[in-house]
Amino acid sequence: MPAVPPDDSRVPGPGEGTEGSGSDLARFAEDSLTPGMAVGQSQLYLTAVMTDGKSRSRRLSLGAWLAIGWLGVIVALAVLAQLGLLPLKDPNQSFTSCARLGPFAKEGSASGHLLGCDSNGRDMMSRLIFGAWSSILVSTGAVALGFVVGGVLGMLAGYFGGKVDTVLTSVFNVFLSIPGVILALALVAFLQGAADNTGGQHGIDPKFILVLALGIVSIPLLGRITRASALTWSQREFVTAARAQGAKPLRIMLREVLPNVLPAMLSIALLGIAVAMVAEGTLSILGVGVKPPTPSWGNIIGSERSSLADSPHMIFEPALCIFFTVLSLNFLGDVVRARLDVRESSV
Amino acid sequence: MSDATLGPDSTVTANSTTDGGANRLLEVTDLHTTFSTQHGDVRAVDGVSFTLDRGRTLGVVGESGSGKTVLARSVMGLLPKRGATRSGSIRFEGAEIADLAPKKMRAYWGQQMAMIFQDPMTSLNPVMKIGNQITESIREHLDVDRHHAQEMAVALLRSVRIPEPERRLGEYPHQMSGGMRQRVCIAVALACGPALLFADEPTTALDVTVQAQVLDLIAHQQSEREMATIMITHDLGVVAGRADEILVMYAGRVVEKAPTTVLFSEMRMPYTEALLSSIPRLDQPSHAHLATIPGRPPNLVSPPPGCRFAPRCAYVQDRCREEEPPLVAADAPGHEYRCWFPVDPPTRRVATVPATGTPDDGGR
Repeated sequence: MPAVPPDDSRVPGPGEGTEGSGSDLARFAEDSLTPGMAVGQSQLYLTAVMTDGKSRSRRLSLGAWLAIGWLGVIVALAVLAQLGLLPLKDPNQSFTSCARLGPFAKEGSASGHLLGCDSNGRDMMSRLIFGAWSSILVSTGAVALGFVVGGVLGMLAGYFGGKVDTVLTSVFNVFLSIPGVILALALVAFLQGAADNTGGQHGIDPKFILVLALGIVSIPLLGRITRASALTWSQREFVTAARAQGAKPLRIMLREVLPNVLPAMLSIALLGIAVAMVAEGTLSILGVGVKPPTPSWGNIIGSERSSLADSPHMIFEPALCIFFTVLSLNFLGDVVRARLDVRESSV
Repeated sequence: MSDATLGPDSTVTANSTTDGGANRLLEVTDLHTTFSTQHGDVRAVDGVSFTLDRGRTLGVVGESGSGKTVLARSVMGLLPKRGATRSGSIRFEGAEIADLAPKKMRAYWGQQMAMIFQDPMTSLNPVMKIGNQITESIREHLDVDRHHAQEMAVALLRSVRIPEPERRLGEYPHQMSGGMRQRVCIAVALACGPALLFADEPTTALDVTVQAQVLDLIAHQQSEREMATIMITHDLGVVAGRADEILVMYAGRVVEKAPTTVLFSEMRMPYTEALLSSIPRLDQPSHAHLATIPGRPPNLVSPPPGCRFAPRCAYVQDRCREEEPPLVAADAPGHEYRCWFPVDPPTRRVATVPATGTPDDGGR
């Protein structure tokens, strides 16, 4: 125990009445915060323990673990396949005898291909794993772009308010009023055209154009969320307190507001990845997604959609991949939000 | 314009010396702050003037909504960016600061004037470590390295009597109790050695048991650092033994101001009297009904034409409802009040004043 504070509260002031026991009690309450905890403090102490690193994992549910596990496996497989470390068949090699064969296919399963083959006889497992790379790259890239740009714009709008806010929010609303897929479609067409005119077809990776298009679509989403959150946090007393201590606006935004806004941004960004992944699939079905023969989950579904009745595995396998990944990301988004909310709710 | 109407007597110094020279820290003249709302302009501070000398304490007392907090924030220049207009003169160490842009004010904030906020639960950043919240402004204003700033933070925490300051630096606000947090807030405010400290109801959100500790702490720091303090409170008991001068505010206006002892012994304004009698006293029998002021403060968009306190005043006369009384000087030097029919000085109450306590004490 620390020494009792010297003369603090020795003299009962007008706020304290005449008897000495009040100040003794107060001193006890204050001191008991240190090692020997009073009953009332134990709860605070508990939440404090729960927010530090070691015990975090304890509170994760089974679903969260499955979500993390699935995402981990998918990312690991995709990366390893890109590095050529997996014993996979070439995703673009045709085994013509196996075309359309696979589990649940009318014409029976293909031997040597666990998940079957597509209509060109290419190995589905290989295409799915290589496709994961494209899907993940495009969706996370797009959301990362939206996160940074939307985050900066949303923060400026929320913190400064006024005209800045009016202008930025109007721009966000205009973009949000256009259906996302149609906007992305238009952007891909436009950006593709621009890229063809300037750099030639070999200059720019088509994936980059997708990232750009989907990223632009996600900017207003993340911008709005960031703006709303930054707006409420900017009006909190501690921001005024920081101002009263002479902190500059940039410092207040980065040090006071951003750390509080980040949880909301992160959980939306995780959901955004899921949405972007689905959007990439939609664009593929419309023919402007990842360019074949490079596989992505979306373009596998897109190119095989006519065979749903005869060889459902060609559709269901990538669809399940998307399904589980989106589900996992949703789960993770919730977990992140709940985790980072602890501080506020425990107070 | 205000100087002419208020006359030379109206500048009351918080200190008994009458020269307004080198010792004068703050001089506020005819300060108006208006918020524009959908319902009209709210005149939250309406022509307030006062002065404060170095190292002295000014108590600002009034009900919720009487403009105390807005007054403090107006003087500091911390009003919301939009919807608030301020006029009048604020001289700090002789320099006019009312017209300064926020960029220029930043040199004053933290270093020259600092503020302790009402609720320590909300005035600390929940996701920033205590240490960083303190060193933040030290590093902003003073040219010191990280290590030195850290040492200063430890010293500050120790000076506000937080045990084990080194360990506390790494903790988050939610790991501390309300009283501890308010101490941290005080440490933050004191970090750069301000010459003027605003304490905006620093104990209202605290447990009764730690209120006196925090007030004593502020008083102790104040005398140690020769810092002037503006103590805002709704509780006359809080400022009774601590302020050199008291400003009683009602509906955005000063209704009475006087050196503390004079105010308690010679109060003339019925509002001040009502405020004082609403404080529970130890000599009352238990379960006695507390005196209250009926009604609510007026709507500041369209305040009543006469005295603003008239609708609630126990001694109201016809004249009060028609004509607003000016701030007039009383017998004692530095004592002014705003009333047509002032109450008699409540000499019989003098004896009980120092014993006033918080509501909880009165109930026992």
